[in-house]
Amino acid sequence: MLKTRWAKALAFAACLAPIFLLAWRAYTQHLTANPIEFITRFTGTWTLRFVVFTLAVTPLRKLLGMPDLIRFRRMIGLFAFFYGTLHLITYIWLDKFFDTGEIWRDVLKRPFITAGFTAFVLMLPLAATSTAGWIRRMGGKRWQLLHRLVYVTGIAGVIHYYWLVKSDIREPAFYGALVGVLLLYRAAVAIRNRKPKPAVKRAAATS
Amino acid sequence: MLIKKPADLRYSEITPKALYLNRRNFLAGVPAAFLGARELMSPSARALAGTKFPNVQKSKYTVGDEKINSYQEVTTYNNFYEFGTDKSQPAETAKNFKTSPWSVSVEGACAKPRKFTMDEILALAPLEERIYRHRCVEAWSIVVPWVGYSLSVLLNQVQPTSKANYVAFETYYDVKQMPLGPRGGLPFPYVEGLRMDEAMHPLALLSVGMFGESLPPQDGAPVRMVLPWKYGFKSIKSLVKIKLVSSMPTATWNAANPSEYGFYSNVNPKVDHPRWSQSSERRLGEFRKRPTLMFNGYGDQVASLYNGMDLKKNY
Repeated sequence: MLKTRWAKALAFAACLAPIFLLAWRAYTQHLTANPIEFITRFTGTWTLRFVVFTLAVTPLRKLLGMPDLIRFRRMIGLFAFFYGTLHLITYIWLDKFFDTGEIWRDVLKRPFITAGFTAFVLMLPLAATSTAGWIRRMGGKRWQLLHRLVYVTGIAGVIHYYWLVKSDIREPAFYGALVGVLLLYRAAVAIRNRKPKPAVKRAAATS
Repeated sequence: MLIKKPADLRYSEITPKALYLNRRNFLAGVPAAFLGARELMSPSARALAGTKFPNVQKSKYTVGDEKINSYQEVTTYNNFYEFGTDKSQPAETAKNFKTSPWSVSVEGACAKPRKFTMDEILALAPLEERIYRHRCVEAWSIVVPWVGYSLSVLLNQVQPTSKANYVAFETYYDVKQMPLGPRGGLPFPYVEGLRMDEAMHPLALLSVGMFGESLPPQDGAPVRMVLPWKYGFKSIKSLVKIKLVSSMPTATWNAANPSEYGFYSNVNPKVDHPRWSQSSERRLGEFRKRPTLMFNGYGDQVASLYNGMDLKKNY
């Protein structure tokens, strides 16, 4: 079922749902008394969610026994980039109104902006090399290595959120826990995969 | 004649029902309605949220040339962590906050410490309408037509002694009425403080209302402080205790994060919050940010309070 074209179209529509929700809220004037802040928070939260979804694909394939989920990973990852771009545009346009001097001061001086900016910039090469052609050109191993940058994006995104809040850390802590679990899963897999190797070598040597 | 003029229409629409259900106050209000006399109207009826105050006087402490924010904006965008940390939450979660009976205890270094009931507070001085700029530490701002009178009126009642160097304020806290309080990451009850000369400054407003009516719960009903030259969190809400003390009292945000929120917390575009700039602000309802003014534009009145002080150190 996951292999059909329809599944992909459905997933694509689902990934667009937040933007339609935002448009609906704008249309019905439910963007609160501070719409710019609301849009900033909304796009930021959805960026982080899509980064988490992207990171969840590999573990879920294994845990649910659904290897075909891989077909959706690129799309979900690109949607993380899409919402991240909207988030950045909101900041540059609506919040700072293209005041480049102010924006650079923010990026360099405000740690939470630095963290968010880092998280976004690291997504750029990933989005650019997301096609099958680039996997071929780079070679699977190198491509995979590059795309591990998404781990840094996840961590930087959580820090960005954590440094923003004043005292109620529940939400950033929640996303921090999700990213933490998803990265620990990978660490655990990496450690488990490393152990049998010497055994294989020894077996090879004795044969 | 019982024909109501349009000017008598209330901003909020909850009140008529609340008044109606509160039979005793309603009955007390009947003769007042006939006679049109403020003195006869039950003061506790006036204290209900959304009750219109008659005879509110104009004040010289008013910004004349700025657009007042809408009632909708001022009542749906609130930082009141006892009722949830999302700014849209308090309008919902504080709806049934019980503000009557209410009293404020004024105690400490004074000759005549005592409790003031809400009725007494409302009768202490003529109510004034003061349109103030309100600047949040989060770099947004609003313009609100508050109703109240200078805090000094109340403090003079208890005759502060020479040991009264500071004033400590405390917000009501009851976890049963404020179940979201423990999730906010702040210790409650919320406390704040002022130096005595700041507290006695005429701009320091003891507010019982806004938009000509009593305060709605999310804006700090039934009585709160408004300190227009300081960041919003200094203006403590739902006041229950005022204590005159000799040394600098604890202030909630200051204690939670001293490097980010100073005791003074005067609006100062030159001293940034460690995590964001304070040089500009977004007035709710406006698209472009506007520059933040020193002391939020109240420098002529309050700058002399801080003569000789390094405001970068005493942020």
